Amino acid sequence: MSLAQNPQAMAELDLGTGPGPDGQPQAAPPPPRKRGGGGLLRGLVGNTKSVAGIVILIIFLLIAVLAPVISPGDPNLITGMGSQPPSPEHWLGTTAKGQDVLALNIWGSRSSLFVGFSVGILALLVGLLVGLASAYLGRWVDNLLSLVTNVFLLLPGLPLLVILAAFLPQGLGTVILVLVITGWAGSARVLRSQAMSIRGKDFVGASQVTGESGLRIMFREMLPNMASIVMSTFLACVIFGIGAQAGLEFLGLGDISTVSWGTNLYWASNDGALLTGAWWVFVPPGVCIALVAFALALVNYGVDETTNPRLRRPRRRTTPDEPTRVAAFSATNSVQAAVSQKEQTP
Amino acid sequence: MSTPLLEIEDLSVEYVTEARTVRAVDRVTFSIAEREVFGLAGESGCGKSTIANAILRLLRDPAVIAGGSIRFAGTDVLALSANELRDFRWRQVAMVFQSAMNSLNPVMTIGDQIADIFTTHEGVSKKAAIARAGELLDLVGIPRDRLRSYPHQLSGGMRQRVVIAMATALRPPLLIMDEPTTALDVVVQQEIMAQIKELQQELGFAILFITHDISLMVELSDRMAIMYAGRFVETAPAKEIFNAPKHPYTRALMNAFPPMGGPRTRLRGLGEGVRFRDIPDLEAVTPTHWVAPSTDDDLISEVIA
Amino acid sequence: MTEHDTPVLSTRGLQKTFTIGGSFSRKQVRALGGVDLDIAHGEIVALVGESGSGKSTLARCIARLEQPSGGTFMFEGEDIIATSKRRATREYRSAVQMIFQDPFGSLNPVHRIGHFLERPLRIHGAASGRAALEQAKRRLMAKVGLPDEMLDRYPHELSGGQRQRIAIARALAVNPRLLLADEPTSMLDVSVRIGVLNLMRNLCEEQGISMLYITHDLASARYLADRIVVMFAGEFVEGGDAMELLAQPAHPYTRLLISAVPDPKRTDPFDAVERAQLRREVLQPTQCQWSAEAVEPCSTEKPVFHRLSEKPEHWVRCGLYAPPADAPGTALEHAVDDQENDAA
Repeated sequence: MSLAQNPQAMAELDLGTGPGPDGQPQAAPPPPRKRGGGGLLRGLVGNTKSVAGIVILIIFLLIAVLAPVISPGDPNLITGMGSQPPSPEHWLGTTAKGQDVLALNIWGSRSSLFVGFSVGILALLVGLLVGLASAYLGRWVDNLLSLVTNVFLLLPGLPLLVILAAFLPQGLGTVILVLVITGWAGSARVLRSQAMSIRGKDFVGASQVTGESGLRIMFREMLPNMASIVMSTFLACVIFGIGAQAGLEFLGLGDISTVSWGTNLYWASNDGALLTGAWWVFVPPGVCIALVAFALALVNYGVDETTNPRLRRPRRRTTPDEPTRVAAFSATNSVQAAVSQKEQTP
Repeated sequence: MSTPLLEIEDLSVEYVTEARTVRAVDRVTFSIAEREVFGLAGESGCGKSTIANAILRLLRDPAVIAGGSIRFAGTDVLALSANELRDFRWRQVAMVFQSAMNSLNPVMTIGDQIADIFTTHEGVSKKAAIARAGELLDLVGIPRDRLRSYPHQLSGGMRQRVVIAMATALRPPLLIMDEPTTALDVVVQQEIMAQIKELQQELGFAILFITHDISLMVELSDRMAIMYAGRFVETAPAKEIFNAPKHPYTRALMNAFPPMGGPRTRLRGLGEGVRFRDIPDLEAVTPTHWVAPSTDDDLISEVIA
Repeated sequence: MTEHDTPVLSTRGLQKTFTIGGSFSRKQVRALGGVDLDIAHGEIVALVGESGSGKSTLARCIARLEQPSGGTFMFEGEDIIATSKRRATREYRSAVQMIFQDPFGSLNPVHRIGHFLERPLRIHGAASGRAALEQAKRRLMAKVGLPDEMLDRYPHELSGGQRQRIAIARALAVNPRLLLADEPTSMLDVSVRIGVLNLMRNLCEEQGISMLYITHDLASARYLADRIVVMFAGEFVEGGDAMELLAQPAHPYTRLLISAVPDPKRTDPFDAVERAQLRREVLQPTQCQWSAEAVEPCSTEKPVFHRLSEKPEHWVRCGLYAPPADAPGTALEHAVDDQENDAA
């Protein structure tokens, strides 16, 4: 069966960069994977990097959810001698105050993951609304929103974080609010430019001519085409949320009464764990944060590779310059090959 | 008497994936002599671009040259090493890709991009390269002051002429042109075709011209081949194809153009989808005219006429 | 019937100027400069010109995808912009539909084919209830000659010609009275173009739909259209009955387009000298002030409007045109304020 009779095969083969096979005279058809959310999930499950990342995330989520069950006790209780290294009673040792480090970090996962994902979702939503509105609603709206976005991008993040956190009442809500305020602009910018490029496509015009309402066009026509970049932006926002929260709390600006990886680090530094060399106090929360961020990055790679087939690792290792592969028998005995080909053709 | 410049024999190209193997080019044989213009026409997906890329061995995984041979001036192209291929490409065979005018580097001036060819392949100084770039622009009728322009400052037609000039830079004996006039208006299309003809007569290279639009080949080609679903259905000197097409598919292609004169009649369109099940090998009707035998029933025309 | 005497579409002095550059730029490009166009009921009018001539802009203004900078247009006698300044009404959307040039870009790749037919059916209430909807979709597919199974496929699984047929089906779903076809076949292989053109012509004839067919290929314009209007640099330069205009082209640009028509059986060779001459006549400021880049009209005044014949209709607006002394039925009209003249 040849390519001419099978546009589906042509599209599925998605033949890389440069001149493909007989693509249509104009631009080549889009990668076949664009089947909306379903295809993306299926693709992720098949990709090793994202599977690894998802597994790690699920482990942490389970830890957070099952904290009451798996934790060796209430983290706030002073259950042992201060600054004890890891031992059978306290698997990760104790803090300077005498609290169990393992319990602290298991319970800490709740707050960190909750804040991280909340910030991720909220910052993404704000950025998405701004981006879509900028792209779809016309020049004046775009100018205004771009101005606002740029202002927020220019404001130095850390000082802003510090000032807001210092002046607002302490609490998890404040942390989330502050992080969303400082974090939305980056995603808005990326999402806006993606939305603008989709806005210029004919199918958006066609939807308008059909009579679709603006909201429907934005969310049912434009948004599905942005699935992969929305996903990546979400993951980036979550990483930002977790890291920035830890940073805030480390500076003592978060809610120091809660138990989270960031506050664990705060107390570790406050109680001089770094000075005394009590590594078991500050290494676990740091490792947890790093692992979660790493897992999210892996899933992000997976999303990229699934949605952009050109990033997929080819089955055979090829350098970009490698010339077209020639099947073994043909180069040397072309005549024989010709004869045998004719016989083999179905 | 002389050996043909390009000899393709029983070439087959497949795309091999876990799911399926698709044969894009199926046992194709033809040759191009020096200074000859060979037109290859067929609709999208028939395999013509694949042949072009196979000649330069530009096809990427999962493409495989599954059979046949490609010989250029006696050399077996399929046996060349990567280094030898680098020499071969652009010096012996150059290619103008589809929509090449859109793949000019937007951040370099035209002059720099053309000069690049000379500094890379012939190791001349930048100054000498720019001078030769100017000569090239003269050849294609673009004023020399455009050497300092960026691609976006040129019209589509001018960009395409720059690309064609770049392909002729090292005076290759064979130029492959893959749909060089798509995305251009009819008026500009005609001008580009005239430019190509002029260049060919002046510089004397052979051309493998690939298109889906037969009308472009009228004054240009010496010989033509019509391709369908990976196989050739007819090969003949251009005049014979235009005046007396023998294969029903060729006839249908020739009739796909609404006339400018005469009464307004309804033309029959070519349907889409499978039209021929198995295309047999070409047979000689005359020594120069080869046709794949078929009957008119084979041509499954469309219901909507 | 009186309703068939009112033109379906009637534009007067329709203008569109784009501001390019950033938000604070003043640089303007006039894409469309005061055009008057009439399309009668059931008529197919071809609008011919190169890219950048403004024909797509005109179509987009009529489709209300762009807001005109000046002028008015009437649809079935009703002043559209006066009725609703910015947005098109639902009635308008069900009466005027558009087919885009790029078959790959006009179908959203994330949706199945069924979606494209279902949305207009739902929005305009042409069918309600699952069963009626399915039936309506099948009927549309049959009308454009495509199998029902295709409804479950995705656009990337279809060829270019098939996608354009889907676009036509989508436009038909609302029972439009005017179809705007913006170069519907220029991105398709030549072998499938006739099929798509035939389809459009059949459907228009069967259902009495008027069509504005935009193209740069005069041969397909002749094949499809009753009347041809030639556009250059945002203005109409020549127009009239299709056969008459092609038999006696008066504007150098029309002659240039005729010489560029693709035809494998054409025997006269490409005459570079004649082509250069035509190009110069059209583009060079010394003889004819119409410039190739955006849209400066004749710098001193609008070129004179000449009516060459009444029936079949043929007019031209050209500074170079001099009516032959013995030509029957020619008249010279000054174009100073010709917006009010019935130009078509």
